Amino acid sequence: MLTLKQSRRLQSVVLGALAWTVALILFFPIFWMILTSFKTEIDAFATPPQLIFHPTLENYLHIQERSDYFHFAWNSVAIAFGSTIIGMLLAVPAAYSMAFHETRLTKQTLLWMLSTKMLPAVGVLMPIYLMTKSLGLLDTKLSLIIIYTLINLPIMVWMVYTYFKDIPKDILEAARLDGATTVQEIVRVLLPISKGGLASTVLLSLILCWNEAFWSLNLTSSSAAPLTALIASYSSPEGLFWAKLSAVSTLACAPILIFGWISQKQLVRGLSFGAVK
Amino acid sequence: MATLKIRNLRKGFDAIEIIKGVDLDINDREFVVFVGPSGCGKSTLLRLIAGLEDVTGGTIELDGRDITEVSPAKRDLAMVFQTYALYPHMTVRKNMSFALDLAGIAKSEVEKKVDEAARILELGHLLERKPRQLSGGQRQRVAIGRAIVRNPKIFLFDEPLSNLDAALRVQMRLELARLHQELQATMIYVTHDQVEAMTLATKVVVLNGGRIEQVGSPLDLYHHPANLFVAGFLGTPKMGFLKAKVIHTSAQATEIELASGPRLRLPRDGRSLVVGHEVTLGIRPEHLVIDPQGQLPVITDVTERLGSDTYCHMNTPSDEPLTVRVPGDFFCAYGERLKLGVDVSHCHLFDEHGQAVSHALQQAA
Repeated sequence: MLTLKQSRRLQSVVLGALAWTVALILFFPIFWMILTSFKTEIDAFATPPQLIFHPTLENYLHIQERSDYFHFAWNSVAIAFGSTIIGMLLAVPAAYSMAFHETRLTKQTLLWMLSTKMLPAVGVLMPIYLMTKSLGLLDTKLSLIIIYTLINLPIMVWMVYTYFKDIPKDILEAARLDGATTVQEIVRVLLPISKGGLASTVLLSLILCWNEAFWSLNLTSSSAAPLTALIASYSSPEGLFWAKLSAVSTLACAPILIFGWISQKQLVRGLSFGAVK
Repeated sequence: MATLKIRNLRKGFDAIEIIKGVDLDINDREFVVFVGPSGCGKSTLLRLIAGLEDVTGGTIELDGRDITEVSPAKRDLAMVFQTYALYPHMTVRKNMSFALDLAGIAKSEVEKKVDEAARILELGHLLERKPRQLSGGQRQRVAIGRAIVRNPKIFLFDEPLSNLDAALRVQMRLELARLHQELQATMIYVTHDQVEAMTLATKVVVLNGGRIEQVGSPLDLYHHPANLFVAGFLGTPKMGFLKAKVIHTSAQATEIELASGPRLRLPRDGRSLVVGHEVTLGIRPEHLVIDPQGQLPVITDVTERLGSDTYCHMNTPSDEPLTVRVPGDFFCAYGERLKLGVDVSHCHLFDEHGQAVSHALQQAA
């Protein structure tokens, strides 16, 4: 028989091991990708896979010779930030009105917005492609900014709405009685209080935009192509070059990974903000 | 000067009417308390005055100006919330100066007003702290300070003490009374606690089911409740109610027979009553005495000893509860058979509709 203390300790050891296993499984592909990016093409293809090898930077040099990484990276940054800024400008007022001036239709509106996420993107590929084409927006950053904003808006509104819902109505009413206009109420009281939640919404939107591949592959070719399109260009018909593909993937993931890592504290706090209270 | 005139005010949420036509006048420097059981509409009434809810019908006038449709920001009223509703991201100083900053008042002026309010409320040493670093009582003080700095036409309080512990509540109650004296301001205060209503108010408004039951000074309401509801709501322990039948009436007196048998002759103008109809006799604990010669036989239930006073809870033979106030050193054993003497001149009589029957002497005078 285990004492209560022993069984508690056992429980925490088991849970800890489980958490580490899951984390390692999740991290392994990234680890392997980074490892492969430093191998020669022959090492990368070797069976059994090699853990010990002579690291080389030739893949990265090759990529820089063949394509302008910074051109694609800038497109990714511009599209992700552009779409996130516009998305937040729309999501905050929408969530404000739904959270603090609820009507009978609010719940349905929220559900309806979310239901648009259930539609497979490819289902609207043709109409959106044709619309983009007739507007002359093919291969422009603007087209991706607009489409990403529209795709992510339901999630952003939902998230911001959830954070706003946690804020006592009284505080905003106090501001109203203190003489604040609606804009002052939002800017000077609501936004500072919910900045943790807003930060995680921004971060999520940036990540979603950064990683989006379907629309970027279908609507851009070169001038507006983001990093996802750059990766895709390395899986070419003349055969797979694993090492180069890994190198370009590493380059594409690195900025958002680093960004996410720096802000992970904020993200975790934001994501658990509603749960703790 | 601040006077408030409310005329036929109505408020409904969907199909349910919460405020069913309220008329009320509030004069300058009055401390008006809205009191009533939960769900009576007292908070809604306050929120309508504040402008936080849209009215369904009727008008609100502040100093002769119709403010029914004016936004809360432009009403010049300050409100203290039950939850304090402090801005959590601002320091105490910022919390108090927020309204003045919004109004564009000069920095030096703002600072002077905040310091003055902090002095009144003894918050000086807390000005640079954030609300989360304060205790409940301190937060409440900041919320009051936030209202004071604005020098509003009317202060609105929405159950401001109900989140505080009992000792602090008593202390803050005294401070609020002192504050009213010091500021000479018009205040409207919502509470479900009738002790707060009795101790703070210059005018009590008793609400029930969205209607005003009675308006008057605390003692007026205590001594002359207009109906059964007000009589039962004000006073601790509660007034005891005994069912009775009218036996004989005249302008000078009314004779009734209690359900448990005894007959009483009350100095009430009984001309509005009908012989044989049911009435209710109301007796406060202080108007009963334990007296072997008394008219009212009872069986003792539990006894509550408060030190200064003792409250003996009793039941009449017809199983109606009564409470008697006796000196603190007195003790009633459980299940004892006693007799009570009734101070008939201080009894209350209510007709079959629950309305008070007026005093015979008042009628004569």
